[in-house]
Amino acid sequence: MTAESAAQAAYIVAALLFVLSLAGLSRHETSRSGALSGIIGMAIALVATVALAVDHLDLDDGKALVGLLLMAIAVAGGAAVGLARARKVEMTAMPELIAVLHSFVGLAAVLVGWNGYLQEDVAPDMRTIHHAEVFIGVFIGAVTFTGSIVAYGKLAGRLRSAPLMLPGKNLLNLGALGALGVLTLVFTASPNLGLLTAGTLIALILGWHLVASIGGGDMPVVVSMLNSYSGWAAAASGFLLNNNLLIVTGALVGSSGAYLSYIMCQAMNRSFISVIAGGFGMEQKVSDGQDYGEHREILVEDAVQLLKEASSVIIVPGYGMAVAQAQYPVADLTKRLRERNIQVRFGIHPVAGRLPGHMNVLLADARVPYDVVLEMDEINDDFPQTSVVLVIGANDTVNPAALDDPGSPIAGMPVLRVWEASDVIVFKRSMAVGYAGVQNPLFFKENTQMLFGDAKQRVEEIVRAL
Amino acid sequence: MPEETVPLRIGVVAESAPGETRVAATPKTVEQLTALGYEVLVEAGSGARAAFPDEAFAQAGAQVGERAQTWDADVVLKVNAPNAEELARLHDGATLLALIAPALNPTLVEQLAARRITVLAMDAVPRISRAQSLDVLSSMANIAGYRAVVEAANLFGRFFTGQVTAAGKVPPAKVLVAGAGVAGLAAIGTAASLGAIVRATDPRPEVAEQVGSLGGQFLSVAVEQERSTDGYARATTDDYNRAAAALYAEQAADVDIIITTALIPGRPAPRLITAEHVAAMRPGSVIVDMAASQGGNVEGTVAGEVVVTGNGVSIVGYTDLAGRLPTQASQLYGTNLVNLMKLLTPAKDGQLVLDFDDVVQRSMTVVRDGVKTWPPPAVEVSVAAPAVAVVKEPEQRTPAGPGRVYAATGVAGLLIFLLAAFSPAQLIGNLTVFALAVVIGYYVIGKVHHALHTPLMSVTNAISGIIVVGALLQIGHENTVVTVLAALAVFLASINIFGGFAVTRRMLSMFSKG
Repeated sequence: MTAESAAQAAYIVAALLFVLSLAGLSRHETSRSGALSGIIGMAIALVATVALAVDHLDLDDGKALVGLLLMAIAVAGGAAVGLARARKVEMTAMPELIAVLHSFVGLAAVLVGWNGYLQEDVAPDMRTIHHAEVFIGVFIGAVTFTGSIVAYGKLAGRLRSAPLMLPGKNLLNLGALGALGVLTLVFTASPNLGLLTAGTLIALILGWHLVASIGGGDMPVVVSMLNSYSGWAAAASGFLLNNNLLIVTGALVGSSGAYLSYIMCQAMNRSFISVIAGGFGMEQKVSDGQDYGEHREILVEDAVQLLKEASSVIIVPGYGMAVAQAQYPVADLTKRLRERNIQVRFGIHPVAGRLPGHMNVLLADARVPYDVVLEMDEINDDFPQTSVVLVIGANDTVNPAALDDPGSPIAGMPVLRVWEASDVIVFKRSMAVGYAGVQNPLFFKENTQMLFGDAKQRVEEIVRAL
Repeated sequence: MPEETVPLRIGVVAESAPGETRVAATPKTVEQLTALGYEVLVEAGSGARAAFPDEAFAQAGAQVGERAQTWDADVVLKVNAPNAEELARLHDGATLLALIAPALNPTLVEQLAARRITVLAMDAVPRISRAQSLDVLSSMANIAGYRAVVEAANLFGRFFTGQVTAAGKVPPAKVLVAGAGVAGLAAIGTAASLGAIVRATDPRPEVAEQVGSLGGQFLSVAVEQERSTDGYARATTDDYNRAAAALYAEQAADVDIIITTALIPGRPAPRLITAEHVAAMRPGSVIVDMAASQGGNVEGTVAGEVVVTGNGVSIVGYTDLAGRLPTQASQLYGTNLVNLMKLLTPAKDGQLVLDFDDVVQRSMTVVRDGVKTWPPPAVEVSVAAPAVAVVKEPEQRTPAGPGRVYAATGVAGLLIFLLAAFSPAQLIGNLTVFALAVVIGYYVIGKVHHALHTPLMSVTNAISGIIVVGALLQIGHENTVVTVLAALAVFLASINIFGGFAVTRRMLSMFSKG
């Protein structure tokens, strides 16, 4: 057994553990063991790789020692930063964190690709392929890198969340892709540093433009899509380095991320292709100026009265609940109402929040039992038998225009039919429009009442009054 | 100009059919009709058998009048179809709303069309969601299903619910409901709430969920069936019938009560339970045949009567099950009529407007001003369509036919083949691993729980930090630039790995089942 064959064996074990990890993460019962197998798999892969690297180095060489030292410092430093961030992050800031982490993978892939070019030790018959692999790896990595940075900026509120509308943006994207294709061919024929630099720059700009063209409201799909891209970037590096572990893991992450994005696109009734191509916000027109009538306001005391008389309550949270950090008082409210023998359930829209499953994470954080947290399809038929619906910081996901108004930008998107309940109370800061920029006729329905103000404060007031 | 038009008069007439207990309006619906701008005239004594005295109608704002007077109204509300004598009493231009069953009564339709009147059949409502509020068949079937269980319980010599008493243990009754339409579902719910073990059969596999939701157990007949496109059950295939007969034979020997509800619009009722099946049942068992009026689902049913067979099985063939709850049936029928009148009175000004562009009104109209308009054009409804179809796609996506899917698969396969065929051995190995991993990645998260999307994403994110492996192997290279770049990559990927796993664990530890 050589160090090489031992490392390959360890890689197979690690790859299998990663498969188990993803499979485990699909169900609540096995989710923890899933995460654990991922960690074990990663540990095995790391140990095997370090052993292999040490085996390759000439330990008497000073340069090699420096390299080892660098390696240790880099891993330790990365671990320290990563763990600190993970411990500190607010659950509401999870989308931003994940977007940033994606960008790291992208950047790492770019660096690995560049190194692959700078350090040439491949068989002569593989040279052309090797150069194509370098170029493709750098391309995917660079798109992931800038795309994730922009996604982070939009989620964290540092960049404008409205879609960037450059004239002829589809042509720009296609042009960039075409240019990259041509550059790949030229690069394989006559590799040089200038071409690689140009390719990297174009890919960086393309990634930035792709995500900048997508509105902030559609970020859940984008984050999931970038997750998939980061996987493909790793797989491309695997081809480049002839490393099967990288290929397997990258492909796993890439295809599962793509599938996850696809599920979400279906939930939002968007075309998968148009999301990937960044052509999302294209036809968004705000069809306003229409007279929707008067909305009615409600005071906290009256809301409390409605809740006391209710037999069944459904809470529909949205991104507004995350922003206001209202999940803790909401959990408290749930407990109080349940103590009064009022049935309380949560209706979660598949794209509520800025990440898939965002609401579930927040509610779990506040210790809401997960068997009362239901998906849209599970709860949508129950609204007619419901006394009170509390809409907390959700807007587009409860917009009846999606079903009634074929001219609406969100037409055809499945929504929670909250208006079928006897009473609807909407917690909202003001009458401003939601992320899609569409007015919501729900607010003007006869059985809807608005409770204005900070969602957290208002819910706390209700809890006190109960 | 509402001041100048005279509001139309609605006449609620008494039913002449023997044994009919229902009435086409109740005090409550009279109020609603008045609110639409109409004058309402109720024939004296018409509500007596449904426990609505004339005074109650008068209090609700109706005039109580003579028979001749009510039949002379502009709009006549009735439960059953009129006989020849009654038809003659309608004045020209009048509108009649009643249960006509136009598909089964072609001669009646001809008679109606001979007069210059307009007739809407309350039992010809298309099964689309918008029209549910006027669907008399559903509301009557609901009552009949309930009553069928009550009739069965009345004749059955035991409890429905199982009990353990000081005087011994009582086994629960077993009820089989054939056909899970509205009547069947009502029967399932009623029998289940009385504590019986309820089983149900239906040729449409998609109703299994509804059966389960009412506490019944769905027995499927393992034969492919066409999906219903109009919301009604279809005639079944021979294969299906054979398999179903075997199921009924087995169940008949086991259950105590059978309730059959199988009706196919415009045809005699299918024969589900044969004399052999009845003979196999235990003495004291009860069968309620809700299709008795159309020949019955059970061999030996006599319409309108209870027959006791040689082996002591009672077969109930009542055809007036809904009418046996006259108060409830009148209220629901009356409300269906009010909902139709709302549709026909868009301005709420007491003027009836028949809009033939509205598919609901078009479908229900049998005769319009003396012109026969039956049968109406077919209406395709989405009630029974699979859930997938409900999620509408934007217009640019036309569903790919199987031909296109095969073609796309073929082209993709060819491309992969060409790529691999002209590659060096090393690349082929890599491609193999890659292709298999892509497929695994797709299937392994195929059934991911919605709540776990975020943890799954953060774990895959951590795992994609595996790129560290590549970077690690590049460290210590001769070229200093390479080493520095590699160290930076290792640093970044490490943040990813440690951060990703830590965050995942943190999230998972929060999921609790309280």
